[in-house]
Amino acid sequence: MAYVSVKGGEKAIENAHQWLAEERRGDPAVEEVAVAQIREQLSLAVDRVMAEGSCYDRDLAALAVKQAGGDLPEAIFLVRAYRTTLPRFGGSEPVDTERMIVRRRISAAFKDIPGGQVLGPTFDYTHRLLDFRLAADGAAPPEPAPLANEPQAWPMPTIGSVFAHEDLLEHDVRSSDDAPFDLTREPMSFPAGRDQRLQALARGDEGFLLSLAYSSQRGWGSTHPLCGEIRLGEVAVEFIPEELGFPIEIGEVTLTECQMLSGFAGSAQKAPQFTRGYGLAFGHSERKAMSMAIVDRALRRGEVGEDVDAPVQDEEFVLYHSDNVEASGFVQHLKLPHYVDFQADLQLVRRLRREHFERLNPSKEAAE
Amino acid sequence: MSAAESRPNEAERYYNYAYLDEQTKRMIRRAILKALAIPGYQAPFGSREMPVPYGWGTGGIQLTAAIIGPDDVYKCIDQGADDTTNAVSIRKFFARVADVATTDNTAEATIIQTRHRIPEQPLKAGQVLVFQVPQPEPLRGLEARETETRAMHAYEEYGLQYVSLYENISAFGRIAATAGYPVMVEERYLMSPSPIPKFDNPKMDDNEAILLFGAGREKRIYAIPPHTRVRSLDFEDYPFEVQTWEENCALCGAEDSYLDEVVLDDAGNRMFVCSDSHHCGQRRAEGHVGPMAGHQLANPVAEDGQ
Amino acid sequence: MSAVERLASEPLLRVTDLSRWYGSIVGCRDVSFEMHPGEVLGIVGESGSGKTTLLKCLSGHLEPTSGQVEFDTRRHGMSDIYGLSEPDRRRMQREDWGFVHQNPRDGLRMRVSGGANVAEPLMNLGRRHYGEMRSATIAWLDRVELDTSRIDDKPRNFSGGMQQRIQVARNLIHGPKLVFMDEPTGGLDVSVQARLLDLMRELVRDLGLAVIIVTHDMAVARLMADRLLVMRRGEVVETGLTDQVLDDPQHAYTQLLVSSVLQI
Repeated sequence: MAYVSVKGGEKAIENAHQWLAEERRGDPAVEEVAVAQIREQLSLAVDRVMAEGSCYDRDLAALAVKQAGGDLPEAIFLVRAYRTTLPRFGGSEPVDTERMIVRRRISAAFKDIPGGQVLGPTFDYTHRLLDFRLAADGAAPPEPAPLANEPQAWPMPTIGSVFAHEDLLEHDVRSSDDAPFDLTREPMSFPAGRDQRLQALARGDEGFLLSLAYSSQRGWGSTHPLCGEIRLGEVAVEFIPEELGFPIEIGEVTLTECQMLSGFAGSAQKAPQFTRGYGLAFGHSERKAMSMAIVDRALRRGEVGEDVDAPVQDEEFVLYHSDNVEASGFVQHLKLPHYVDFQADLQLVRRLRREHFERLNPSKEAAE
Repeated sequence: MSAAESRPNEAERYYNYAYLDEQTKRMIRRAILKALAIPGYQAPFGSREMPVPYGWGTGGIQLTAAIIGPDDVYKCIDQGADDTTNAVSIRKFFARVADVATTDNTAEATIIQTRHRIPEQPLKAGQVLVFQVPQPEPLRGLEARETETRAMHAYEEYGLQYVSLYENISAFGRIAATAGYPVMVEERYLMSPSPIPKFDNPKMDDNEAILLFGAGREKRIYAIPPHTRVRSLDFEDYPFEVQTWEENCALCGAEDSYLDEVVLDDAGNRMFVCSDSHHCGQRRAEGHVGPMAGHQLANPVAEDGQ
Repeated sequence: MSAVERLASEPLLRVTDLSRWYGSIVGCRDVSFEMHPGEVLGIVGESGSGKTTLLKCLSGHLEPTSGQVEFDTRRHGMSDIYGLSEPDRRRMQREDWGFVHQNPRDGLRMRVSGGANVAEPLMNLGRRHYGEMRSATIAWLDRVELDTSRIDDKPRNFSGGMQQRIQVARNLIHGPKLVFMDEPTGGLDVSVQARLLDLMRELVRDLGLAVIIVTHDMAVARLMADRLLVMRRGEVVETGLTDQVLDDPQHAYTQLLVSSVLQI
């Protein structure tokens, strides 16, 4: 095998890009997928890219999914990098999920609650049988689902209101009027406030949070969570322009919200109450919102006086490793050349081996 | 790809000079100033997502983007070479977004961005060397927690590092670190020089240029201002040593540069060539020859547009 | 005043009306005493007596609610230890003091060798000659009656009693003026305890160390301490020379404590 130069330079990169574009396109005889098709028919992929990309724009996310060839962490990276270039002209008012136009709302805590259990568009009770009818193109669109007899209650009361008159569920109070911590502007800092933590979790990799939440349920730092409420729907986004001095609605976003309930032992000063873990994600992202809520509650162990001995309860461990853009970049950076450092290690190992064998066979009497 | 070529459906994009917006650059420059005022101290900064992945040089790129101007001359190297793929990629990026002249000549450059090496040619006042740093915390391999290591730096409690060096000697008869060898800066802060080979450590001491270190993923900037004391950790009876080779550079004959080992075939044949590609090329241009001067490595195929 | 007289009059440690409250619950209150080099002070009492709180306040780990702890530091002379900045106080703890924990895990780096543990205080003081430090370490391991050939073994490969000896060496090698010991033989079996106590008593005598030892074990107190503070519910109920307090306890509580000791 003759020596092959590793120096590819510009030409190699250009050719690589071209080949990549070819592979992304796939068989040219097959129709190109349109961004609109991805937006409409792969909407859950789009939702995840918006959530972890931290940018609510369905077309942008759909384009990213197309450009990434379906690799969602890659698509998320594209959206994040794009986000860096966007100017910021302010912050919205906090969205009011109590005023959500609810499409789906369930609670495992009660058999029935004011507003009812609304199943909505869910995978939950489907049978996971591959439907080969979907493989045939050009089928007629499905019949619209039938309407309910009565319109839905609005606003739909949230689980908090059920507990309110007995004060059984803790209230989340903002500790100050300062602007919330913004991870996209400042680096993470420990100990992390809840604002920083929730933001990191909202942007965090769904798979990582899912595994952590799962580990918690299996006893590694369990919070014994109960699903208080999940709701999915649209909320208005409001903004107060300086010139006007009052809020205007600038659009609406689809959100999935989850509140997990856990018990609390109480203390000498404080009567026992249920505590809450909170999850919120762009789009229809139940697995993400639920995992986020479980992990949020587990990370509050310090506040509620619990011992910390499982990974899910370890703030630095969870928050430092939850961002898949950072994780993917660093893991994959191992592909970059490391031969200079490796050369140094090679030298050392060779020298140590030489010394090792010389120690075992001291054959040379004369000084070197 | 020329300016005339465009892909369908791609809207016209306008990027600010050097990609980052001015507020972000200002934020980074404030962190740089703080880092220069406290040599060796890791200043946190609000690192942004860049078009290049975390771990692939975003820290160095953000430092360069914050300080570069149209009159600068930019050099970018990886493992000492100007033409390794990542160096080419980053240099092209800045040529485009900063509209800046680029070079591979160390002496001509005003900003040199580097991954894992310091150029052989001594730097001069007015030059800035920007290091890409994967892990800014020298103690991270010994202590995983940021809250702990931050306290160690604040209290100047580096016992953990000292015992690690002691253990090296008792186990191997020498300090094991070969790259990213820890240093003390102005006898106050323990610092990681980034994964440069220890061969390059002495170059940092009392350097005329400004040395800036950027870790994008870990979100830290640190710096060594000109003429700063930088001391590699060692023991009096086990003093710091740089690497040496029995061979010289096969192409230019250099005796005192860092050498890359190049595998020639499956039979164990190898040659050693300067890691600093520009340094080697310059020596050959000046007439120096090594034992394998006719080798293809000395005469790379000319590239389009180069 | 002559140097000798000055030495004789200035205490090494002066504690004045030291109190620490946790909200409305008393941790310790109104503790006052002085110590000179070469003295061993025992703080005894049951669990919950406040001796742990007192130890934390004395050793710079818990700021008292009121009162003062003054120590004759190497760098700053006689100082209120809580008046020092945190970095200065931590440096003083490293350079001037030793602290032997009940559980060796709390006082040793379990992941590095015994030798490295013992050498570390020297490196913290700025020593940089490996060979000299290693010799000093070997000398100290020998002094605490450990097999010096095991210098590179990690603490987990030693028994509990041996780990404590490593901890003692680590806390004496840098020549501290004052050493705190928190139940140093707790958790060890009786014969091991006895040997370790003998060793510590010998070292204390040979080095002229000042030691504050906290224990619930009256046998340990008798063996090690010159003077005792007997604590109950946060207060010092009796104080005096060890033999006097143990042989002729005045306070009812002390009498109870003394009478409940098993005579082995």
